[in-house]
Amino acid sequence: MKGKAHKFGDDVNTDYIISGRHKFKTLDMNELAGHVMEDLDPHFVKRLKKGDFLVAGKNFGCGSSREQAPLALKHAGVAAVLAESFARIYFRNSINNGLPALVCDTSGIDDGDSLEVDLEAGVIRNLTKGTQIESPPLPRVMLDILSEGGLVDYMKKHGRLALD
Amino acid sequence: MIIGGKNSLGKTISEKILSAHSGKDARSGDIVIAELDFVMAQDGTAPLAIRSFEGMGGDGIAMAGKAAFCIDHSAPSPLRAISELHALMREFAGKYGLELNDVGEGVCHQVMLDKAHALPGSLVIGADSHTCTYGAVNAFATGVGSTDMAAGLLSGSLWFRVPETMKVTVSGSLAKGVFSKDIALMMVSDITADGATYMALEIGGDAISALGLDGRLTISNLAVEMGAKVGLMEVDEKTLAFFKSRTSDRFEPVSPDPDATYQEAREYDISNLGPQVARPHAVDNVCPVEEVEGTVIAQGLIGTCTNGRLEDLRAAAEVVKGRKVARGVRMIVAPASREVMLNALREGLIEAFTEAGASVMCPGCASCVGTHQGIPGDGENVISTANRNFKGRMGNPEAFIYLASPATVAASCLKGEITDPRKVM
Repeated sequence: MKGKAHKFGDDVNTDYIISGRHKFKTLDMNELAGHVMEDLDPHFVKRLKKGDFLVAGKNFGCGSSREQAPLALKHAGVAAVLAESFARIYFRNSINNGLPALVCDTSGIDDGDSLEVDLEAGVIRNLTKGTQIESPPLPRVMLDILSEGGLVDYMKKHGRLALD
Repeated sequence: MIIGGKNSLGKTISEKILSAHSGKDARSGDIVIAELDFVMAQDGTAPLAIRSFEGMGGDGIAMAGKAAFCIDHSAPSPLRAISELHALMREFAGKYGLELNDVGEGVCHQVMLDKAHALPGSLVIGADSHTCTYGAVNAFATGVGSTDMAAGLLSGSLWFRVPETMKVTVSGSLAKGVFSKDIALMMVSDITADGATYMALEIGGDAISALGLDGRLTISNLAVEMGAKVGLMEVDEKTLAFFKSRTSDRFEPVSPDPDATYQEAREYDISNLGPQVARPHAVDNVCPVEEVEGTVIAQGLIGTCTNGRLEDLRAAAEVVKGRKVARGVRMIVAPASREVMLNALREGLIEAFTEAGASVMCPGCASCVGTHQGIPGDGENVISTANRNFKGRMGNPEAFIYLASPATVAASCLKGEITDPRKVM
């Protein structure tokens, strides 16, 4: 995966990712996708190109359990979110919906940097700066869910969760 | 700080509950598949859960008699599109036999408690981040997304990472005009918005024992605002009295072992604590009320899953009884559930609010989530008893939200500016 970094700070909460004033009224993720991050950056959706990365500091996705947050980001074209840490409900939701969430040191990534992400290897190459950072591997159960494309397809295939 | 040791045999409350529900010797850091005792979703999350359930090929539920939908976030519906989502929930609940708590039943978390769906020692998931509230009655209860809820509903189990635990001990006695919300905000201020991420809290101490159940629920409700998975407390006679009239189901309260291993421990003495306020736009942006006194407010909200219970309404009514809300201020009161509303009516609290000039809403989330019942105007300050003050939370990114106790919010509504409740009580 290759794309540009869109940099945000710490504690980006789910209300900022997709506000409650939009999310309660529709299941149409393409409609929600037009509003992601708008309270922090009204022009984000216009600047985002399909395959770009959202890069943040610590505690990304804190706040509500709304699954519309990762879903709307995915529908807006975000390929993966890179952050120093994630809030736990958001992290589960992101993996459950097939949107990769990588924990890594994002301090050296600036807005607009070109990144190349190797999910399998957990390696992020900053093509603009010529640097490389690593992301620790996900627990087995999350990798299994991601490899099925998300929890819906996983459950459809397996019927229930299993550890081996 | 590690209490116990890595080789200690003792277990925390979380480790015990997850062991009992997974059939494994569950230790912090382990991943287990655990059997669920109850699953819940509300109208902001249930429609997506239904879509996920259907995508999974679900044609029956494993959680018969142990699943509920609650319509509380936009209730009654303010929009045609939301009415359609509510209709979808009613149809699904009818088809698969889920308990439906329709408009007016109350905030999902209070309904789960009033109806004794979250029992001591049980394992509960809810598609709402404040599901952590039931930790106050010793349930390992945690918020999940819609798809996790759907998987639980369909199969009866879910995977969990067994959390590390932070032990929080609160001692001392509360001064007049200071309440459990002030303890909770002080804790969020100290632990910060992500200081307990992925952890369980075990909260105890003589100050917690002295609180009623309503006050304890307020503290556990804010666990997620510190990043925690759940805010657990032990059972005492107050907890048992709460369940006695509500259920004949057997349950087993869980206490931690004396040699359990804790990731971290924090101790607080609240004897000198004064009223606290969280300033915009972060819950951990807390200060003593004195620092923001005089800030002009346009709206006050008393209610929500944080502070919409009977003790909260009593504290607010005591402040406003026989007085008038300041000109230009909208005071909104929303009891947390039908049961709370009925009790508040019987005690004359609703009359006191209405005479003072407040608007009383039907039980539910009210304006906390920004869909209806009091969206603030541009540039306006709101003081609320809720748990979140993020920019845009109440439906307007140009508004400013302050969080405080019911007494502080009520006092502020009387003066039209943020007010120390001790000055009007």
